[in-house]
Amino acid sequence: MARGHHDVGGLAGAGPIDQSQHELADWEILADAINQALGAKGIRRTDELRRVREEMESDAYQGMSYYERWIASMETILLEKKILTRDEIDRKLAEFEKKWGEP
Amino acid sequence: MNESTAKFKPGERVRVRFEDRPGHIRTPWYIRGKTGSVERIHGEFLNPESLGHGGDGLPKKILYSVAFQQGEVWERYDVTQDKLVVDIFEHWLDPAN
Repeated sequence: MARGHHDVGGLAGAGPIDQSQHELADWEILADAINQALGAKGIRRTDELRRVREEMESDAYQGMSYYERWIASMETILLEKKILTRDEIDRKLAEFEKKWGEP
Repeated sequence: MNESTAKFKPGERVRVRFEDRPGHIRTPWYIRGKTGSVERIHGEFLNPESLGHGGDGLPKKILYSVAFQQGEVWERYDVTQDKLVVDIFEHWLDPAN
């Protein structure tokens, strides 16, 4: 097992923490809103989302920004609980890409 | 808050278990195996190790603030009066003498 990719406290080479403020992008605010809505409806618990992010493939985890990890973990929970199917998500994604262009 | 069932009292020395097992664990790696003293008892909470996997979080677990000397946690840390406080659930703690 050893330590998970999320559990990096005290690891050498991590570098300093970026403490600068940054503006949230619209999609990040939307990700937070969806997260709140899923919590209010009792669909997800914070601990479940954390567990999913801990279980992600490490390269994928390292390659994602904070809110990208949030979105990926919400997607996994919605699939796990059979609220959405992979097909439904992919279809909606294709729809948005057509409307707004490739991300 | 139900402190009466707490196994440890403030001031007691405790050692964090060094367990390496899968699951959603809130005890950070760097503090496992370290010895500190109970600073305060927060009360009992649903167990995140169960909640993380869709469980009901029961039975609830007592959560403590445990204080560690920085010099005992990190090599080459030489400011002796500095301490680090970490919230740790009771089932991760053993008595230390």
